[in-house]
Amino acid sequence: MPSKRIIRIAALSTAVIALAATSGGALAQKKYDTGATDTEIKIGNIMPYSGPASAYGVIGKTEAAYFKMINAEGGINGRKINFVSYDDGYSPPKAVEQARKLVESDEVLLVFNPLGTPSNTAIQKYLNAKKVPQLFVATGATKWNDPKNFPWTMGWQPSYQSEARIYAKYLIKEKPNAKIAILFQNDDFGKDYLKGLKDGLGAKGSMIIAEESYETTEPTIDSHIVKLKSTGADTFISITTPKFAAQAIKKLAEIEWKPLHIVSNVSASVGGVMKPAGFENAQGILSAAYAKDGADPQWDNDPGMKKFFAFLDKYYPDGDKRDGSLVFGYGVAQTLAKVLEMCGDNLTRENVMKQAASLKDFAPDTLLPGVKINTSPTDFAPIEQLQMMRFKGEKWDLFGDIISGELSN
Amino acid sequence: MSAVQEVGTEAPAIEAVPKRAMTLGYGTSLIILGLLILAPMFVKHFITFQLTMLLIYGLAVLALNILTGGSGQFSLGQSAFYAVGAYTSAILMEHAGMNYALTLPISGIICFGFGFLFGQPALRLSGVYLALATFALATAMPQLLKLGYFEHWTGGVQGLVVTKPDAPFGLPISQDTWLYYFTLVVTIAIYIFSVNLLKSRSGRAFMAIRDNEIAASAMGIDVALYKTLAFGVSAGITGVAGGLGAIAVQFVAPDSYTITLAISLFLGMVVGGVGWLPGSIVGSAFIIFVPNIAEGISKGLSGAVFGVLLFLVIFLVPHGARQVAIVAQQLIGKFKK
Repeated sequence: MPSKRIIRIAALSTAVIALAATSGGALAQKKYDTGATDTEIKIGNIMPYSGPASAYGVIGKTEAAYFKMINAEGGINGRKINFVSYDDGYSPPKAVEQARKLVESDEVLLVFNPLGTPSNTAIQKYLNAKKVPQLFVATGATKWNDPKNFPWTMGWQPSYQSEARIYAKYLIKEKPNAKIAILFQNDDFGKDYLKGLKDGLGAKGSMIIAEESYETTEPTIDSHIVKLKSTGADTFISITTPKFAAQAIKKLAEIEWKPLHIVSNVSASVGGVMKPAGFENAQGILSAAYAKDGADPQWDNDPGMKKFFAFLDKYYPDGDKRDGSLVFGYGVAQTLAKVLEMCGDNLTRENVMKQAASLKDFAPDTLLPGVKINTSPTDFAPIEQLQMMRFKGEKWDLFGDIISGELSN
Repeated sequence: MSAVQEVGTEAPAIEAVPKRAMTLGYGTSLIILGLLILAPMFVKHFITFQLTMLLIYGLAVLALNILTGGSGQFSLGQSAFYAVGAYTSAILMEHAGMNYALTLPISGIICFGFGFLFGQPALRLSGVYLALATFALATAMPQLLKLGYFEHWTGGVQGLVVTKPDAPFGLPISQDTWLYYFTLVVTIAIYIFSVNLLKSRSGRAFMAIRDNEIAASAMGIDVALYKTLAFGVSAGITGVAGGLGAIAVQFVAPDSYTITLAISLFLGMVVGGVGWLPGSIVGSAFIIFVPNIAEGISKGLSGAVFGVLLFLVIFLVPHGARQVAIVAQQLIGKFKK
């Protein structure tokens, strides 16, 4: 039986050679890190589905629905997205536990859009040490744009500083002799904002004639407002969270102080701030936005928003389109899909960061027309543009050009 | 006279637990100890990290158990002591460059002082009123940590990032494994201390106060002193747990130590069995793993699923893990016959 044996060996060796040849060829084009295969890309996410910030859990649900749509349409370059989302209850220690679970137990390719400044700060060091991308974090702090020290972390939404610089630019142009009074919340949000304003005003920093800070524990901010009025300022910038923004608008009307009033984007909600403060008191207030408002009828015929509404109807019928978190979740998930598409067959963690840092003029459906995402190896701040808006009647009117909050221009 | 009547007619809040029933036998203790020592050799680093957290929360539950199970006082404010311990360790490590192991006794001592002082006004309160007063402490703590005056040290809302220690003497084990064994040694030391404390004269005084305050004072026990002492010891142990927690998680922030943590610890104590020290580890496992299980069952309704599981536990085994242990013991006893 030697002949048969020889044939068998020959067949086996051919098979081995053939296998080696094909796999060698495949290795040349396809590159994978943990979490990516020929058929699947595993993505981790951490959201506060429970606890004090559970209202934001909708973002995670929107993202899950978005990836369900991607999978139904054939996936990204033929690979299905496996979206693993865990609850951290807005608690940093729990976020660390969940991040470690995602990386070490679920073995995801990257951690996408974890929410909250404290939670992200808690996991940043770990993910950077493990060289796992912490991509498009859901917080507006400026510190996420730090490619030198944290090359594996990237933000998404405009930072508080970018937004503040836009107000500074507007004031320099429209009201160069303004006497500015600032009320800010004494925490990372308020301080980030204040820094942005001062950077934006630059040499004209003397326009600020008064600064007052308040603690979130204070029941009312009335005394601060009265004090600011007495300085004779004619411009009032309110760096406040919704409850206090509404209080300020009311108090201004009560003491008949009518300065140029700017509120931060955080508190630009019609339902959460303007309505409780009284529409009649809120007329003429200025703010800025970067995304379309699902509740605003002016976008009903917008092609991007039509896609968004169609998506909601089919994949997330429970979603409330007035909730800004849906627009946010859709936009950020679309950005990730774009990055993964750009990665092609090279799904290494390094390439994911490289592609995320080379987005050029990308415009997700839910962002305002003209707002585009641009990144580079030295610029980890995807959205830096906003448009000014003025409150009129019962809604915001956008006006002027899209303005960039980058310090350079 | 009315005060006497009140105390006399009030049903005891805590069921009296004889002190011998508070611990495990030597054999069982050794088996559990062996399992805890061997565990990290067979599991992933992530599980080792979870086991470390299990021991840390176990310590915090144990501390509450001494207070409630031992001296009969309620506390919903343990998260505040935990936070003080965590911040003390973090600040000493990051600002003063102190060795992590040395920060723990300091955290313990500071929290002991803090708890002892808080025990003074708490003396006038008992039962639900005391629970409310400690609740106030827990709600106030995160905001105090955010205050601008301390921001230079606490890092304000941003919190403090802590560097994780490497294994010493060039031991060929990972940071996680080292930290686990370090935590295990601290936990065992504190466990032995607690068992001996409850068996000592002071422990008997705690239990006498728990069972009947008037009778205890008639026997010559300084009720005020021992009540505050129980608070101090409990806070001190919680502080050490907090310090260990800060090192393991590598981050402290005000949002880590909200009232939710205090309630979790309370829940852990009840599930583990009030007054049964080994139950602390079981309770700690409940508060760490059951929310994950609940989330696995339903993401949208994880809170409700957790509630149902908790309800089942309380309904089926109202005395927690202690009851399960007693039943198991009786079964084994039958087999032996």
